[in-house]
Amino acid sequence: MYDKTVRRRRAVLGLLVALSLILLTESFGSRTGGGLHSVQRGFLTVLSPIEDGASKALKPVHDLFGWFGNTLNAKSQRDKYRKELQVANGEIIQAQAAARVNAQAAATLGVDQRYNLAGDGPVTATVNVRPADLFNEVVGVGVGTSSGVEPGDAVVDGDGLVGKVATATSNESFITLINDSTSGVSATDNTTSAVGIVGPTDGDPDTLTMGYLGAGDIVKQGDVIVTAGTVQTAGGLAVSHFPPNIPIGHVTSVDTNDPGAGVHLAPMAKLHDINIVQILTRVPTA
Amino acid sequence: MSDEAHLGLRLAGLALGAVILQIAVVSQFQIFGVNADITPLVVGAAGLLTGPVAGSIVGFSMGLLIDLLLFQTLGVSALVYTLIGFGAGRLRELRAPQATFTPLGLGAAATAVATIGFSMLEFLLGVDAPISFLLVREILATIILNTLISLPVYAGVRRWLRPALPEDPRRRRRRAYTTGGLSPLSRQ
Repeated sequence: MYDKTVRRRRAVLGLLVALSLILLTESFGSRTGGGLHSVQRGFLTVLSPIEDGASKALKPVHDLFGWFGNTLNAKSQRDKYRKELQVANGEIIQAQAAARVNAQAAATLGVDQRYNLAGDGPVTATVNVRPADLFNEVVGVGVGTSSGVEPGDAVVDGDGLVGKVATATSNESFITLINDSTSGVSATDNTTSAVGIVGPTDGDPDTLTMGYLGAGDIVKQGDVIVTAGTVQTAGGLAVSHFPPNIPIGHVTSVDTNDPGAGVHLAPMAKLHDINIVQILTRVPTA
Repeated sequence: MSDEAHLGLRLAGLALGAVILQIAVVSQFQIFGVNADITPLVVGAAGLLTGPVAGSIVGFSMGLLIDLLLFQTLGVSALVYTLIGFGAGRLRELRAPQATFTPLGLGAAATAVATIGFSMLEFLLGVDAPISFLLVREILATIILNTLISLPVYAGVRRWLRPALPEDPRRRRRRAYTTGGLSPLSRQ
């Protein structure tokens, strides 16, 4: 019984394999014509309507799978484009930052010509430390005493006065900005020649206050305030660390009731966005 | 109608339905960049459920049908699918596979034999195509995809053929026990 089963099995396999090989040989031998191809064409003619019908009947299934496939594809494409957009946004931001730094550098490099500061030994420096809190308006730059920087040196950027050097090591300096609570700059109204001291405004780092105005001095809204270049001491006028005529800010409001205490300025320099500055290393002489 | 004729009719319907389903629907969409191919899975499942003789006949029939419908060189798919059906049937005889995941391994093996065998025969027949990484990748991707769908395909084939299959002794025993028959353990 077992032998019979095995023989039958082998016979069927051999027959089918032989049949396949005969078909293969015949079909391959007559690639374009011949009886087999006629049979094949006839078979196709008979079965193709069934195939078409099945295809149409099962189209909803096909569409369903297609919808899943398209959705997955769309999701993967969305993720891909989102990543590309992130990269592109990063590049745009870097390009904008570079353009901004370049513009500031160009403006800063021209400031010594604009305000005639070439004789004040300007040293260009890049800001590498920024204020970490609201109470200390101090920035660090990457130049120090080895470049001739000394405490007290005035610091400017392309827009105007920034502050003065507070401390300096051989390769690093810290600059006290003009809106720091310890800052005070002898200043004058560029229009009316009123003289006073420009310092910070309590609680508002974006505004400066000009005080200690002389009796009868007039300051008007819109006036530009510049460094006076001199400072009043007990022994009379002395030369300030800040060279004269460097713009500090323009007057935004004047309290008519008490103009001596109520002159507010908007600083010319963007004190929260400084990248490149020039330190005036030569103290003006009388 | 005799049991054998009933089984033969069911197998014929299975072969025709699977080939038309493959050509009309399954081959129309891609997953992971390749088309799934249910035909080797159906041949393998039929062989595993019915034995080598019926398996090889189903394989030959389906392969021939594919060659005819796709206007390919006749006999190529028929030869490959005959071997798959026979191999699956022999697996049933030699190993009596009962593990749940047998269809997974069988699906992977059947797809591998189909894709590699078909490629080799085409190369032997002089198809002018280089053996590229793309071809290897496509074969591997098809095997993986087919392995993933082999369980539902096997379940579908078994469901279709079950009314014509000789009753499984294990199933008969289990049914007798659950419908009030004595547990084999209680028969002393």
